[in-house]
Amino acid sequence: MSYANATLEPTKPDTDLPMLEVKDLNVYYGESHILRNVNMTVFPGKMVCLIGRNGVGKTTMLKTLMGILKPRSGNLKLDGHSIIARTTDQRARLGIGYVPQGREVIPRLTIKENLILGLEALPERPKKQEIPEEIFELFPVLKTMLSRMGGDLSGGQQQQLAIARALMGRPRLLVLDEPTEGIQPSIVLEIEAAVRRIIETTGISVLLVEQHLHFVRQADWYYAMQKGSMVASGPTSQLSNDVIQQFLAV
Amino acid sequence: MLSGLLDGIFSGISLGSVLLLAALGLAIVFGLMGVINMAHGELMMLGAYTTYMVQNALKGTPLFGIYIFIALIAAFIVTAIFGLVLERGVIRYLYGRPLETLLATWGVSLILQQLVRSVSWQLVTIVALFCLLFFGAMWIVARRTDFERARGWFLAIMIPLSAAAAIATGNVLGTLYKPAFTKLWFDARNVDVTAPKWLRGGFPIAGTQFSYARIFIIVLTIACVVGVYWFLNNTPWGLRIRAVTQNRTMSACLGIPTKKVDALTFALGSGLAGLAGCAVSLLGSVGPNTGQNYIVDTFMVVVVGGVGKLAGSIIAALAIGTANYLIGSNTLVDLTAPIKPLSDTFAFFSTISMAKVLVFALIIAFLQFRPGGLFPQKGRTVDA
Ligand SMILES: Nc1ncnc2c1ncn2[C@@H]1O[C@H](COP(=O)(O)OP(=O)(O)OP(=O)(O)O)[C@@H](O)[C@H]1O
Ligand SMILES: [Mg+2]
Repeated sequence: MSYANATLEPTKPDTDLPMLEVKDLNVYYGESHILRNVNMTVFPGKMVCLIGRNGVGKTTMLKTLMGILKPRSGNLKLDGHSIIARTTDQRARLGIGYVPQGREVIPRLTIKENLILGLEALPERPKKQEIPEEIFELFPVLKTMLSRMGGDLSGGQQQQLAIARALMGRPRLLVLDEPTEGIQPSIVLEIEAAVRRIIETTGISVLLVEQHLHFVRQADWYYAMQKGSMVASGPTSQLSNDVIQQFLAV
Repeated sequence: MLSGLLDGIFSGISLGSVLLLAALGLAIVFGLMGVINMAHGELMMLGAYTTYMVQNALKGTPLFGIYIFIALIAAFIVTAIFGLVLERGVIRYLYGRPLETLLATWGVSLILQQLVRSVSWQLVTIVALFCLLFFGAMWIVARRTDFERARGWFLAIMIPLSAAAAIATGNVLGTLYKPAFTKLWFDARNVDVTAPKWLRGGFPIAGTQFSYARIFIIVLTIACVVGVYWFLNNTPWGLRIRAVTQNRTMSACLGIPTKKVDALTFALGSGLAGLAGCAVSLLGSVGPNTGQNYIVDTFMVVVVGGVGKLAGSIIAALAIGTANYLIGSNTLVDLTAPIKPLSDTFAFFSTISMAKVLVFALIIAFLQFRPGGLFPQKGRTVDA
């Protein structure tokens, strides 16, 4: 069931350990079987996109990765180490930056406080709690409204805040769940550009769940999910119209 | 007339500040867990008993003049530790199950009431010995890898064994050192804390006596409110507490150690209960039931104020305190004397218990219009 390992990138040496490895994951909500033997690999410095129609279990997969949901069986490895026994906050501190579907900005905290909370994921808390200038270069809107409440922002602004917050913890793996859902096209382009720049400048790995074809095409590799199983994968350059028709709600 | 009004306002504020002090810790914990900690009143009672013990210990020493400050610190520490044990031992297993938490904390409140009735060196020895044997054995055994499988067996063997050993030792020591060892620490009846000399009496303004003890409580309350406000808004742990209160899951995803935050918040709320207990002990004698007298009122303050809003709790406490006082005393009866039916009505309610009834009725009416309290939480609340 392992799609990628050997063939992923001809340019990558075989010794390169995957940043994230998902093995035979089975997740249930009560008695309903949501994820069935899911396998997936993300290599360092790569952007991987997970596609699939509504309700197939993409968010469930990411929540399991974060430890919000407990899998019934299977394993998760980050940089070679199993994280299955770690709690959610430990996983964050191991370097997974999570931007959930629905953004989950803390509503009654200011933008600045929301960003400062992103520092919690650093293994050692810096003495000075300042927001690095790079964050504002990526998302200039945030700079002008640091003292506004997180809950008062528009959806697009909240999305940018959520991504910025995840970046504050300097993650090794950035996990984005539909970052462009319900956002106007111009902001979508901004977010896309920001993610691209993040990858170029920091070299971190990205796991993205996305419906916009344009954004999906930016990834190196795709996985397609159907009814809780991985049914296709490959380089995004080879994304055929068939696959797009079948797995993207375009 | 003026003096009556002044007196009413002062007494109302001082009653309100006691309520506020008691509700402060409850409100913080309520914001975090979404349920009322029914043992909060008993934590206050523990604080009051701690004050009593500190007073007795310092009697006749030069420190007696300022024993109340030492008692405040001691009460905070003692109740914070109790709260920590309560959270680690019971409540953390019940997050997200409000009904069970309510029942469990109520059970704990009964245990604490009985505890002060029957605590003696003998009891302390038995409990300490049990904990030492049981958790010591657990600590040693838990390092073996197959502990999880053998857990049931371990519990079945170690609980009776440790209990038997502890009780036997306690009884032997009890017979050996008869009166001192088995003597109860506290009288079954209420105990009295005597305020230090500088807190007795009061100063008169316009014919009204402003009691120093009540002024002390008002100042203490203000200090606590400012302190809590500062802590929540200006420290890293305060920020973490606010984040977890609003969105537990996302806070964890950001790397906030939510378990530590829970424990710390609970300890803080319990410590504040201890301070409130210390303040209450200045107003009258304290007994095992002292906590019960306050839990309902403080609960009302939290509900009327709205979850997670200090400002709401402050206004609610002052309003409920003042209403309680104005209705319970004869102030309103005197004020409305010219209008006979009105003054008769107020006269009917002008006993302490009838005043409570009327205040409850008013609160219920209020909650019909504002179910979320004075300052309802916008957005999400606790996500557990
Ligand atoms: N809390 C829950 N309890 C029970 N079932 C759930 C719960 N959350 C999700 N599900 C079910 O699990 C399945 C997968 O949901 P999931 O949120 O992972 O889908 P998704 O692929 O992220 O969809 P979308 O593209 O709409 O975000 C769905 O059929 C959904 O009904
Ligand atoms: Mg989803």
